[in-house]
Amino acid sequence: MDVSVRASSQTLPPQRSGGSPEDVVELSGVRFSWSGAAPFVIDIGNLRVARGERVFLRGPSGSGKSTLLSLVAGVITPKEGSIRVLGQNIGALGGAARDRFRADHIGFIFQMFNLIPYLSVVENVCLPCGFSPRRKDRAEREGGAVQAEAVRLLEHLDMGETAVLRCAVTELSVGQQQRVAAARALIGSPELVIADEPTSSLDADRRAAFLDLLFRECARERAALIFVSHDASLARLFDRAIQFADINRAAGSALALA
Amino acid sequence: MVLALAVKSLRNRKFTAVLTLLSIALAVMLLLGVERLRSESRESFAATISGTDLVVGARSSPVHLLLFSVFRIGNATNNIRWDSYSAIAQRPEVAWAIPLSLGDSHRGFRVLGTAREYFEHFRFGRDHKLELAQGGPFDDLHDAVLGADVAAKLGYKPGDSIVIAHGAGEVSFSLHEDQPFRVVGVLARTGTPVDRTVHVTLEGLDAVHAEASEDAFDPLAAAGRAGAGEHEHHAGKKTERAITAFLVGLKSRGAALSMQRLVNEYSDEPLTAILPGATLLEVWEIVGAAEKTLFAVSALVVVVGLAGMLVALLTSLGERRREMAVLRSVGARPVHIFGLILGEAAFLTLLGIALGIAALYLGLVAGRPWLESRLGLFIVVGWPSAYEFALMIVVAAAGVLIGLIPAYRIYRYSLADGMTIRI
Repeated sequence: MDVSVRASSQTLPPQRSGGSPEDVVELSGVRFSWSGAAPFVIDIGNLRVARGERVFLRGPSGSGKSTLLSLVAGVITPKEGSIRVLGQNIGALGGAARDRFRADHIGFIFQMFNLIPYLSVVENVCLPCGFSPRRKDRAEREGGAVQAEAVRLLEHLDMGETAVLRCAVTELSVGQQQRVAAARALIGSPELVIADEPTSSLDADRRAAFLDLLFRECARERAALIFVSHDASLARLFDRAIQFADINRAAGSALALA
Repeated sequence: MVLALAVKSLRNRKFTAVLTLLSIALAVMLLLGVERLRSESRESFAATISGTDLVVGARSSPVHLLLFSVFRIGNATNNIRWDSYSAIAQRPEVAWAIPLSLGDSHRGFRVLGTAREYFEHFRFGRDHKLELAQGGPFDDLHDAVLGADVAAKLGYKPGDSIVIAHGAGEVSFSLHEDQPFRVVGVLARTGTPVDRTVHVTLEGLDAVHAEASEDAFDPLAAAGRAGAGEHEHHAGKKTERAITAFLVGLKSRGAALSMQRLVNEYSDEPLTAILPGATLLEVWEIVGAAEKTLFAVSALVVVVGLAGMLVALLTSLGERRREMAVLRSVGARPVHIFGLILGEAAFLTLLGIALGIAALYLGLVAGRPWLESRLGLFIVVGWPSAYEFALMIVVAAAGVLIGLIPAYRIYRYSLADGMTIRI
């Protein structure tokens, strides 16, 4: 499938009125602090991500980006405001339900150390299906079996050679590891893929190739992508780029905290 | 899912896991082994004598009397007169009485002068009678019946003749060479001091000593006698014959206490009567202290083994925080993370216990002949006792409890870290 890379606006997102049913993520009036008395590290009035949209979230390290991702993923819950993912107010869910929701609907790619060292490449990719029956079903529908779907995704990410599949994950290059992580994030077609600086340990050539593959696969699955990075040069590749400091009114006070 | 992860994760850390497993297995083996030896030695100790209601000897401490008369340890301080024995043996309450005369030896084994009744009434263990493996009991004055160890160590069989020596030492200068005894029987193994005893007739012993007294001016013989100081020889005067102790069986158990008082207050001669069961317990209190210490030490070794596991788990947590964050991101719940670590601790403990038990049984089967011949300990290789099961459950529970510490820590981490990967 061909992916058209639209020019990004480089400005604040248009303040759409009223949540569209196509919204994957919708934050309103979200405030968060790590402990009761501490100042807010997150204070976001409004943020929406539409289905299939690719959003670039840029900001310096320690500005609270990772905290925002944890909020969207439901690992932590906001002190104020609401976070809707696929229309579900995840702040209203219990801990176990949030974990299940995350497993069902969200794929993650981290900056590094994405893989479980004692699992094979394919086992690493299949991991979410072990925790989410929904993604297991979808993977099976897509590829016949979970393993087959994992191999299919790996092939799409140019990781299909048997030699690579048999390789211990610790022997893979960083770029290969990130592609395995991308395959894991995409298996079972989650509606949202969150990537937290996944390319910062890659050199420029590999970065472009990785993004190309990631975009293609996200488009195929019609998954929204929230991509966090401090590398402004990537912004033009996304539908929309957000300067984190622009949306987070608590940015100044968050600098001290990771 | 979590179980498969736990197993794979553990396989990834084979080296530490195997070391931890080994230390737990060895600790468990030691604990169970000590416990097994302890209970077996206690049992074989308590089984040394049974069915005997009273042991009577010259006045001395009950423990001393028990030690020399039953365990053949130490020597009697005084003899008792034959007429005291007869008087008590003929009382209406008494069902049977077995005279015992100690003080001689054969190549390091104690010689016990006794009567035929010994083979009929002496009981050990759970009411076991003495069985003859070869030959029969005594018939003639100079007949001897050997304990199993004596026959096995010295290679005697019925028909051989043996010479007994005065005193209890391995080497004696005072041999009763002119009156050898003829081996007529060998007893089956009992696991008690009977195995290490040469049994001869009281009359035969008297005859030997009568002979010895006649040439009692041999200074070496006299010295040996004075040194041992067990029994006086009075040639040919049957009335003045003396024995060292005697075992009494009563017609009714209930009479034991009144009979004991009667013997203790016997006016013609200062005597001591003991209830062997009660005195055995008293002796065990003394001997058992060492075994309690041994048990405490082996319990500590288990604690050290489990502490080793705790250290291994805690040190692995640092690098596994990353792993846990990844697992959280793919949908693992904090409970899964908790279970992953706890499961690992439980798995290591349980497998360690199983390995320890297996190693112990192998060791017991392999070491049984040695224990039997060297220590006289009969180890029954059977199912673990209820107490041993309880011990294992305690160890397993301790292992799981210890696993709670790192499991809780990683649980806290995974709640706090969320999916932030901290390095």
